[in-house]
Amino acid sequence: MKAERKDAAPLLVVDHLKKVYPTPDGGVEAVRDLHFSVPAGQLACIVGPSGAGKTTLLKCIAGLLPITSGSVSLLGEGVTGPPQAMAVVFQENGRSLFPWMSVQANVELPLKSAGLSRDERRRRAEEALHAVGLDEVGGSYPWQLSGGMQQRVAIARAIAYQPKVLLMDEPFAAVDAQTRADLEDLIRTIWMQLGVTILFVTHDIDESVYLGERVIVLSNSPTVVQDDIAIDLPAERDQLTTRNAPRFAELRGRIYEQIQRAKHNRGTESIQVADAG
Amino acid sequence: MRALTILKNAAFILALPLLLILLWWLGTLGGTNFYVPTPLQLIVTFFQTWFGERMVEDVLPSIGRLFAGIALTIAIGIAVGVVIGLFRPLRRVLEPLLEFFRAVPPPVLVPLLMLIIGVNDQMKVTVIVSGAVWPVLLNTVEGVRGTDQIMRDTARSYRMTRTQQLLHLVLPAASPQILTGVRQSLPIALILMVISEMFGSSTGLGLSILQFQRNFAIPEMWSGILVLGLIGFGLSIAFRIVERRILRWYHGLREVQREG
Repeated sequence: MKAERKDAAPLLVVDHLKKVYPTPDGGVEAVRDLHFSVPAGQLACIVGPSGAGKTTLLKCIAGLLPITSGSVSLLGEGVTGPPQAMAVVFQENGRSLFPWMSVQANVELPLKSAGLSRDERRRRAEEALHAVGLDEVGGSYPWQLSGGMQQRVAIARAIAYQPKVLLMDEPFAAVDAQTRADLEDLIRTIWMQLGVTILFVTHDIDESVYLGERVIVLSNSPTVVQDDIAIDLPAERDQLTTRNAPRFAELRGRIYEQIQRAKHNRGTESIQVADAG
Repeated sequence: MRALTILKNAAFILALPLLLILLWWLGTLGGTNFYVPTPLQLIVTFFQTWFGERMVEDVLPSIGRLFAGIALTIAIGIAVGVVIGLFRPLRRVLEPLLEFFRAVPPPVLVPLLMLIIGVNDQMKVTVIVSGAVWPVLLNTVEGVRGTDQIMRDTARSYRMTRTQQLLHLVLPAASPQILTGVRQSLPIALILMVISEMFGSSTGLGLSILQFQRNFAIPEMWSGILVLGLIGFGLSIAFRIVERRILRWYHGLREVQREG
């Protein structure tokens, strides 16, 4: 079952994106031909084998890396630098927070560049910290918090910025399983409350099925879209029942199979995908 | 309990100096070596020599030039270091040249600067800066260059302006390195303060010590050395206090990383 393409103008369009890293001997092709779009309000996950160029793709979408050919557009406008309507949560949140600033100042800092008044910045930062369950720690330094709490601060910083699209690059790769489950639920909650569009990159198949409404499977590098699967699980999910549902296992199995094939597919195989649904 | 800890710390700090002074005193008991004053003699001379006219005419102007030199050293070192650290082509062009200038022993610049600038305060401050600026400058370059890539991406993705990136990312990220450079440059500045006053000068600590030595005013000469030692010691204490304040986050972070 293919994810349905909405007719309404999609929020984010990745149009035949190609990325070649220049090297003296001609260049390394990291992303060959990626083509997909994300409608407003969707929570889409991107999974792929390790080394599939997931981070490259995300940086291209975020306007942090120049694209070789093709285009990325957000709200109908081509992305050439970091767009205003986008926030990125990086893989290692501990390293993306500024250790010389308090948690509160970290969350407020992007709002300064957005030109908000001091009161407005403070209000938004407090709201965002509240939304991620960190009311008490505004005055602490980030490094005084646990890894999981640092991820929450990075998420708070992103949502205080009030983006239309939230890009997340394996944000929970470095936390323990229990914290990870809590953070996954936090993402679902924030997504449902704020109606923000989320593009969530992960290498964890279970996580992609649990979180997403749609999973885009990438091939091995040089990368193409290997499969695009709609996740038809109910919107209300919880770690126990959702993960034990038969449908969860089916979807998980299908994605697992695609990942296995992806490991051998270097963007050459034609993309004909058996329908497991 | 707290008072006891303070007492204990004080004992640790003072034990060795007191022991050395005791040995020195014992050593001067027997005879009278013309070149080595007794501790008591030195202390008396110290107060007689420096707490009076000389304080205003020699010590304070020297300290003033030292501070001016240090302030300029820090300002120039950081400003130039940030510019070089941020622009890779500039760095590649300038780095060999900087290594060369850094390798030139600053005292040899004194005769040259005397000719160009003349014998005045500007010349002395220039001598101090010309030697002390390198550790600050080169450490700033390294610190700026080493700014974490993920933090830079974060700043860019949140569309922080160049000024904001400089104030909230580049300078704080480089601050541990910058302060390492400042700590290295403080003793250099003190040495050059003395040397700059030993050539064709009419006032200053360096000149005074030289004159005492030439007139065989040995206890006075020793007391001048004591003044210099105390200035150096004061500088390093002041630096420690400032550094603790600016790098509170850094020491905390390091401690957490060591534990984890």
